[in-house]
Amino acid sequence: MKDLIEVIVTGRDGETRTIQIPTGISLSLMEVLKGEGYPILATCGGMALCATCHVQVIKGYESLHQPEDQEWAMLDSLPDYTPLSRLSCQLKIDESMDGMEFRLMGEDNI
Amino acid sequence: MIQTDICIVGAGPVGLFAVFEAGLLKMRCHLIDALPQVGGQLSEIYPKKPIYDIPGFPEILAADLITNLMKQIEPFKPTFTLGERVDSFVRNEDGTMIVTTSEGTQVSCRALVIAAGLGCFEPRKPEVKDLEKFEGKGINYMILDPEKYRGKRVVLAGGGDSALDWAIHLSEICGELSLVHRSETFRGAPDSAAKVFELAQSGKLNLILNSNVTAVSGNGHLEAVTITNNQQENSEIFVDNFIPLFGLTPKLGPIAEWGLNIDKNAIVVNVEDYSTNIPAVYAIGDINTYPGKLKLILCGFHEAALMAQSAFRHVYPNQKLSFKYTTVNGVNAF
Repeated sequence: MKDLIEVIVTGRDGETRTIQIPTGISLSLMEVLKGEGYPILATCGGMALCATCHVQVIKGYESLHQPEDQEWAMLDSLPDYTPLSRLSCQLKIDESMDGMEFRLMGEDNI
Repeated sequence: MIQTDICIVGAGPVGLFAVFEAGLLKMRCHLIDALPQVGGQLSEIYPKKPIYDIPGFPEILAADLITNLMKQIEPFKPTFTLGERVDSFVRNEDGTMIVTTSEGTQVSCRALVIAAGLGCFEPRKPEVKDLEKFEGKGINYMILDPEKYRGKRVVLAGGGDSALDWAIHLSEICGELSLVHRSETFRGAPDSAAKVFELAQSGKLNLILNSNVTAVSGNGHLEAVTITNNQQENSEIFVDNFIPLFGLTPKLGPIAEWGLNIDKNAIVVNVEDYSTNIPAVYAIGDINTYPGKLKLILCGFHEAALMAQSAFRHVYPNQKLSFKYTTVNGVNAF
């Protein structure tokens, strides 16, 4: 089992970075991105209710679990939804995310 | 003009509790909120979610916490201006401040408390060129008075609950109503979705699926919207109104222009009393920042209590503050 995974993240400013994440931290991708300093408001705190943590999964979308109803309902309301959209607060960090690529969507509010 | 001791910007949990703490010191409050109801995020975003970290409540629904807070502050008779955004304030020579809202409502106060959470909730806008050009001239993001659309040709966009609910409501009112949605299913409220499909079948609603509104045009007033489907084919619909309904997103808004010390969208405060760099202006709750800040409702409650002690000297400059416990005096004695 891997202790450390890497994901590639492109910020709203277009800059791409590789982030290393310990797999045992029990955090969502939203929490990790916030911790890395990305300007995510996370108004609802991770309940799939505000969509301020909207990301596009550039690589690895199909390996993620399907969104639950609440996440779908929120994604449906987004003007910049794409078929690869997810709310990063609903994505728990685990080993299967190794090598995945994400792009931050929405707009900077911070 | 509304006269009060303390004007509170934001009627979320912390703004509401500030009324209580101010009330214990005989200061009256007027609250202003951009949303049409009290409760801030708790009412707007997660009313049905339980909160587990309110002292004394092992578990309480967000909406119930707001109901309880409203009951708790009732003895202090707060007044409210809802559905209006605070735009500016000026200070008079005698130290009073005049706060003005987006609708021109004015409040005169001796202390101003910003409890605006993440700012005011503003509509999320789709990325369509020239959208701003027709705002208020055929394009609106909220439906305040549905009667305004009677007999009109209206296009709604969105797939969330509010888009569905308004499509159902407006189908009885508009002359010609279309709902544009980017996919072919609605995953929100299944009852509303079924009703929308029913209305489309009976011809009361023009349901345009797998499509987005991609352009708007007109001469002064909106005249047409362009709709692009998933095959990238365009069609144009002549309309009187276009209403994108993509939910709300928080913005700091005009507060950012007041000359307050701001760090990463939060107002820097003195932890002694949560005062800002502007005299008699305080910031409490999620909107403020200081070393060790935690965005928790319970921290906001604490900040409200300390703020009230400090604001007292602005409201009653010639009086001495005597601290009393509610257990000794009850609430009505204050």
